[in-house]
Amino acid sequence: MTDIITSPNLKEPDTFYADLLTAHEGLSKAESDAYNARLILLMANQIGDHAVLRKLLDEARMMSTGA
Amino acid sequence: MTKLFEAPLYPYKRCADQDAGKPARHPVIIVGAGPVGLAMAIDLAQADIPVVVLDDNDKVSSGSRAICFSKRTLEILDRLGCADELVRKGVVWNVGKVFFGDRQVYEFNLLPEEGHKHPAFINLQQYYCELYLVERIRALQVAGKPVELRGGNKVVGLDRKVDHTALTVRTVDGDYDLEADWLIACDGAGSPTRKMLGLEFEGRVFEDNFLIADVVMKADFPTERWFWFDPPFNPDQSALLHKQPDGVWRIDLQLGWHVDRDEEKKPENVIPRLKEMLGEGVEFDLEWVSVYSFQCCRMEKFRHGRVIFAGDSAHQVSPFGARGANSGFQDIDNLGWKLKLALSGNAPEALIESYDFERETAADENILQSSRSTDFITPKSEISRIFRDAVLDLSERHAFARPMVNSGRLSVPCTYDGSPLNGPDAQGLPARTRPGSPPVDAPAGRSWLLEGAGGDFTLLGLGIEVPARSELLGVPLKGLTIQHEDIGPELRARYLGEAEEAVYLIRPDQHVAARWRSLDWTAITAALSIALGKGGEI
Repeated sequence: MTDIITSPNLKEPDTFYADLLTAHEGLSKAESDAYNARLILLMANQIGDHAVLRKLLDEARMMSTGA
Repeated sequence: MTKLFEAPLYPYKRCADQDAGKPARHPVIIVGAGPVGLAMAIDLAQADIPVVVLDDNDKVSSGSRAICFSKRTLEILDRLGCADELVRKGVVWNVGKVFFGDRQVYEFNLLPEEGHKHPAFINLQQYYCELYLVERIRALQVAGKPVELRGGNKVVGLDRKVDHTALTVRTVDGDYDLEADWLIACDGAGSPTRKMLGLEFEGRVFEDNFLIADVVMKADFPTERWFWFDPPFNPDQSALLHKQPDGVWRIDLQLGWHVDRDEEKKPENVIPRLKEMLGEGVEFDLEWVSVYSFQCCRMEKFRHGRVIFAGDSAHQVSPFGARGANSGFQDIDNLGWKLKLALSGNAPEALIESYDFERETAADENILQSSRSTDFITPKSEISRIFRDAVLDLSERHAFARPMVNSGRLSVPCTYDGSPLNGPDAQGLPARTRPGSPPVDAPAGRSWLLEGAGGDFTLLGLGIEVPARSELLGVPLKGLTIQHEDIGPELRARYLGEAEEAVYLIRPDQHVAARWRSLDWTAITAALSIALGKGGEI
């Protein structure tokens, strides 16, 4: 059984959040969208495990109103 | 010079059936002399089953059309006696380049798996494939095999009876009637047979137009596959450049659905685009140009009583991944042995019913694969476009993104998991060759495994002695024994894994029917019974 981590796992949550916003600074909406897509793909490859990715996809989708 | 596809190859000739007092009855009539129909005719004629092929045309197809013939196709054509001609003429390529916008993002080498008789695929104009198939039919005729190829014979009427089909055929000499115990419709995506019988072609998922051009380069140009996403010369669409024999390069330019096809194929519109694509200073002649459209769809059922559909008449996919002609060859490979056994009375008609399950499963897989390619090549929403472009951008710097770039996945044959013809599997043997699997070639002694297997049922003994010829349930059984010392690393990896010995029952189309870790004739007989469509009770 594959479990995804939904409890706090970032040692420096404020720093990560700030870094994420900084990364988008000065980008247009289109550039930000492209950046997010690249980031998701890089993170997915870092995770690698398809079962984990599948759960993460499902978890994020749960919060969409269209789900 | 007359082009190959402009010369009549099987011109109309009046035949005895036209002067018969009543409709001549034939065991098998094939409608359509394209690659699939011709291959079907060869397969049956080789087994001495009388077969007549009807086609309203009398030439090979014009232009290059299907240009990638996969390893599985070459293996099938090997069995039909004409693979060597294709391989000798065809082009093998290994280097591909991917372009995104105005730049090259990466280059790859296919590095095909070693230890197969045939290359992963060859590039060859469809007209050469058809020419070699027609030549093979001529050779069979010289050898006295019962096969007729009737050009200028257009089927204009069909009446489906319980045990046969009545046909009306139109020629320049007027109409005549025929009857067929079995009618095989290999008459392409627009299948007149399908329309005459009022059958649906369902599940249209995509539609698109492609401009295809054959150009002859006047100077050297690399033997590589070039694929463009969103190039400046064809914005928001794709483009493909492929090498073929005779210094001909094939170009596919995606056009989208709402275009003026006649306008697009005018040389004054085509040539400037090609110049932009190939680069300034590259001189070429435009040999042939056409616009074709495709859809992804299939018939709900491929068999309607004694009318059977094979190839594009039964299913159509997008061109990405070369799954059109290649899957058509697999259709007839699947159908041929079943028809032979049913016609000779060695198997019930139920055996032919398994064609539906096996080839419909394959069609679904091909539609899925080519739909995924189409989704990547032609993103259907803003967000899918964003991700597609992100993959391409990342692919320039990072190898991890390259396997996600989907400009067509190489056509590989379908594994018939869950087929009613599958017998037992044995623990510990490689998953790749489980029952239902397409054959995996390997060096076997001084020859190739697939040269020894197929045509009839074959019992393969790996490290276990099996009789060279035997008969079981009234069916001939070939035996192929590979001694321990002749089992090379490829055969071991593909058929034994950790095991030291195994016995495989291989179908006439070379798919695996069942396998064991030891020789057990009771089990083999039961598995053969299942593979013959008679069920496991004997």
